[in-house]
Amino acid sequence: MAPAEPGPPAIELRGIDKRFGAVHANRAVSMQIASGSITGIVGENGAGKSTLMSILYGFYEADSGEIAINGRPVRIRNPRDALRVGIGMVHQHFVLIDPFTVLENIMLGAEGGVLLRRGKALARQELQRLEGEYGLGVDPDAVVGTLPVGAQQRVEILKALYRGAEILILDEPTGVLTPQETDQLFRILQTLRARGATVILITHKLREIMAVTDEVYVMRAGTVVAHRRTAETDIGELAELMIGRKLRLELDKAPAKPGAVRLMANDLVLHDERGVMALDHVRFAVHAGEIVGVAGVSGNGQSELLEVLAGMRTAESGRVQVDGADITPLHPGDPARMRALGVAHVPEDRQRLGLVVSFAATESALLGYQRDHAYSGPVLLHHHAINRHCRTLMEEFDVRPRQPFLRCANFSGGNQQKLVVARELARRPKVLLIGQPTRGVDIGAIEFIHRRLVEQRDAGCAILLVSVELDEIMALADRILVMSDGRVVGDVARRDADERMLGLMMANARPADGASTA
Amino acid sequence: MQDAYLIVLLTLSATIRVSTPLILCAMAGLFSERSGIVDVGLEGKMLGAAFGAAAVSAVTHSAVIALAAGILVAIMLALIHGFASITQHGNQVVSGVAINILTSGLTIVLGIAWFHQGGETPPLPQEGRFMPIALPGAARIAHVPVLGPIYAHLIGGHNIIVYVALAAVPLTHWIVSATRFGLRLRAAGENPQAVDTAGISVAWLRYRAVMLCGALTGIAGAYLSIAQNAGFTRDMSAGQGFIALAALIFGKWRAWPALGACLLFGFLDAVAIRLQGIDIPGIGEIPVQFIQALPYALTVILLAGFIGKAVAPRASGIPYRKE
Amino acid sequence: MIFRRNRARRPLPRWADIAVVPLVNVLLAFLVAGLIVLIIGENPLRAVRVMIVGALGNSEGIGYTLYYTTNYIFTGLAVAVAFHAGLFNIGGEGQSYIGGLGVGLLLLAGDRALPLAALVPLAILAAALFGAAWALIPAYLQAYRGSHIVITTIMFNFLASALMVYLMVNVLIAPHQMSPWSREFAPNAWLPRADEVLAGLHIRAAQSPLNLSFVLAMIACVGVWAYLWHTPWGYELRTVGQSEKAAIYAGVKLRRVIIVAMCLSGALAGCVGVNEIMGVHHRLLLGFNLGYGFTGIAVALMGRNHPIGVALASLLFGILSQGGAELAFEIPAITPEMIIVIQGLIILFSGALANLNRSFFERLLAIGPGA
Repeated sequence: MAPAEPGPPAIELRGIDKRFGAVHANRAVSMQIASGSITGIVGENGAGKSTLMSILYGFYEADSGEIAINGRPVRIRNPRDALRVGIGMVHQHFVLIDPFTVLENIMLGAEGGVLLRRGKALARQELQRLEGEYGLGVDPDAVVGTLPVGAQQRVEILKALYRGAEILILDEPTGVLTPQETDQLFRILQTLRARGATVILITHKLREIMAVTDEVYVMRAGTVVAHRRTAETDIGELAELMIGRKLRLELDKAPAKPGAVRLMANDLVLHDERGVMALDHVRFAVHAGEIVGVAGVSGNGQSELLEVLAGMRTAESGRVQVDGADITPLHPGDPARMRALGVAHVPEDRQRLGLVVSFAATESALLGYQRDHAYSGPVLLHHHAINRHCRTLMEEFDVRPRQPFLRCANFSGGNQQKLVVARELARRPKVLLIGQPTRGVDIGAIEFIHRRLVEQRDAGCAILLVSVELDEIMALADRILVMSDGRVVGDVARRDADERMLGLMMANARPADGASTA
Repeated sequence: MQDAYLIVLLTLSATIRVSTPLILCAMAGLFSERSGIVDVGLEGKMLGAAFGAAAVSAVTHSAVIALAAGILVAIMLALIHGFASITQHGNQVVSGVAINILTSGLTIVLGIAWFHQGGETPPLPQEGRFMPIALPGAARIAHVPVLGPIYAHLIGGHNIIVYVALAAVPLTHWIVSATRFGLRLRAAGENPQAVDTAGISVAWLRYRAVMLCGALTGIAGAYLSIAQNAGFTRDMSAGQGFIALAALIFGKWRAWPALGACLLFGFLDAVAIRLQGIDIPGIGEIPVQFIQALPYALTVILLAGFIGKAVAPRASGIPYRKE
Repeated sequence: MIFRRNRARRPLPRWADIAVVPLVNVLLAFLVAGLIVLIIGENPLRAVRVMIVGALGNSEGIGYTLYYTTNYIFTGLAVAVAFHAGLFNIGGEGQSYIGGLGVGLLLLAGDRALPLAALVPLAILAAALFGAAWALIPAYLQAYRGSHIVITTIMFNFLASALMVYLMVNVLIAPHQMSPWSREFAPNAWLPRADEVLAGLHIRAAQSPLNLSFVLAMIACVGVWAYLWHTPWGYELRTVGQSEKAAIYAGVKLRRVIIVAMCLSGALAGCVGVNEIMGVHHRLLLGFNLGYGFTGIAVALMGRNHPIGVALASLLFGILSQGGAELAFEIPAITPEMIIVIQGLIILFSGALANLNRSFFERLLAIGPGA
């Protein structure tokens, strides 16, 4: 099968296995990555790509399995070991020191002596050489914090090369880049390959895989499900492999009967802290009595969308309308006002936002409604009413153990989530924003929460559901929006959608691309 | 005229003497805080060292051994702070406060138990102290106008620790900016994760910074009790550790600007003493307290961002846990 | 026994968290203090006995003990309230100083014009307002300018001290007086002493500085407890302290909470002025606040920031303060400053090294059913 291999593979993984408690993150993963190639690893969130790379870079040690670099078995216990065998990593979130110059960032840990002066001169020479070789276009004396994101990424690449890395792992490198910067990155990767380096590219963007890689591994649920030569596959096949044929979540529900528009987003724009556009002129509407699902790989603007709609952040421009009431940057909403307008919000991160883990369940059941007249007089909280309310929520949503005074930290993830969902649904909201409703929740609770959401819908609630679980969206939504790079790239009725098509949209490839190759 | 000149000189000379412990403590704090460990315990370490040095001097009559003892005491206290902050991930401010309070009590308790003089050590003999050094020929050229007094009173006439403090500034600047240790130190204070992924131990780096901090506060403490004064008195650090902290912030955590702030604050102190009870034409008497409060007020104003912006090392105060 | 590093630690059970861990921390502090007594060459157990007898053995001792306790409750609650909002107020020292100034100014102005019944609420108000004002500026700078509250409150302690020295030496000093004291207030502006009140009830007690501000301290404990756990504002304050993001989610105005929490904290610390100026010294003077603000940190840490805990910890420190004074008579080698040492040790063990003891217990309990 192998056509005239010149030497051993740059990386060989044999039977890598890793568990985190109950989660089996990697099971018996084996790969052979040829020297001097660009290899892509694709998979959905939670497929085990990042864990595998963390094992390769020494952040975790595998429970079992072997790693061989250039044919020699090695043990990688920490990043230093990884560097020693020639592995460098460019993290999704850069590990740079903002007030330092490029030169200082690159030297850190490889200063070449007690005094910096000589090391600096040598490093400068070496950087010039690397610059000549790869054309990264980075000024060694620039202060890193002032550089654009793309240049910061190239500093990370330089850092790895400066340490003599011959194998370079890039974790979702294009998420923060503009299209021009992405093109530049790919040119650099191709130059690296031409000079004999081995590149591993972790991404969910299939078009990029097709554009730049030689081979591709597809991971799903912790295992390698396919290995292809890029030239011998296409986006359609990869999307299908990535999503897989899963146990479909079945849910009895009547067709939606959409009513009036309850929630409308109009041209919302927001930049995140790094200056990357998190929301790029997002517009859509949610009607009473329908569930609109927002699909997408995490980090494509869904979290920001929820926060803006819930009043936790203000968009830079654009407008939100709730039942006709306008919220604009000039008249920003705040969470209290949004609640008063009838918007309930089950946040994505229940541990940090949805409840306070050190509070008792009764107190967390009050979060957001502490000024409500049902629970608070002009001065004093009505503890009786609050406790009764919490007990009711626990009964209705079967939260266990049924101990209102137990601290939230002592409830399981599923029961914490049931408490949060119960709290938000109890108000019979007009609009429900719900993020990752069943993340880390056991199967029984998933079904329970799903049924409750459909009940709410049938009672006339407008529901916006954000989830990275495509099955969840497919099971619940009446209409599906797909977000990618902060934009709504697709808006389809559930009955017209299939997983393959959504997968293609999420992967930032137009459905037409997939259709033509299928 | 001659008198006025001498007064100016003596005020400047006093400025240097008053600034010495501030400079040493500010440099100490610089090492600690640039590595990411907030230190509000400079005061306590200095006080502990002052007592340690004076106590050992009273017994051994050796200034050098006394200085070593002062440094040792301060390093021990610094290691407690380090253990709480680095190994135990404790609250760094709480730990610093604990060290301040602990030493303010312990120095008196031990002082009374050992020396029975109400918390003071006995007056120390000259050989147990660092005495002012007359520069060669100072006496001979003292009469030379203008330059003579400068040579005798401003450049000379100080004890050795004053010169150590002044030398500590360029040394600190050089270590922080030009050595491998300094680069890593600064990196640990800004983004410890970057240090960690470069394969360098953040904890060991910070422990070294904290010990350096201890050594410098130790010298500062010894200066108080066995150089500037002839023995330990209760609470003799009198808030100077906090003034040094203010100076460090005022100098935006950099060695030379911090020196400037120390000299400014020292000068204000020296002037305040001299201006006591003197009417300034057109203004009247300036209250001493006003001048004494200036360092604190200026620091607050600076922190509020009204004159430039003081940005602390980004990771300071946050315990670093490996993922 | 080998502990796996990535083993998920369970949170400690409530009983261990509330009772055992803090007690062990305090015990450790006393153990080290005992060692220091041994080093001095005295018997620590005898010292403890002398202290307890001195503090609680007769009505005078009890009076002094509770007088100290009063101050510690105020400053301890002050630190605790700020802690609940996630703020570290080191400025209790300055806030109590300025609170006392407020009381003094009010009484100097009104002692001859107003009856006690009017002066008492006004003095409390003055103490609270002045203390709150001294905390307001650091709070504002933290909330709106991002200046670190720890540093600004430290600076404000020194500023308070300079201001007081200036005012006492130059402005408020009584005529023909060498010491920087104000004139004495008229006796109708003196807060009644406990022994006077008890005498009215035909209960005999020796004279001591304990006065009615002890009642105010008790009310403050109840008030803080009610505010933190029984009002929506207290709920919001605690939410901010536990998780800023959750507070934003819940629609809490962060900046407002920071300012309110610090003002409350300052007001509580300011009440030390009622006890000292109106209850004990009956005149404005320097240094009446010394050390109470810092002890408040130890009290709050030891009392786990709960009013009941704060009251108990204050009582312990009251016993230490009064017992320590007695100790100095009986065993001259041990001075009253020993209690400062114990304070420092308690802050170290209950605060900075809190994780040490906690993780020990977590491991201990993990061995039991888990292994």
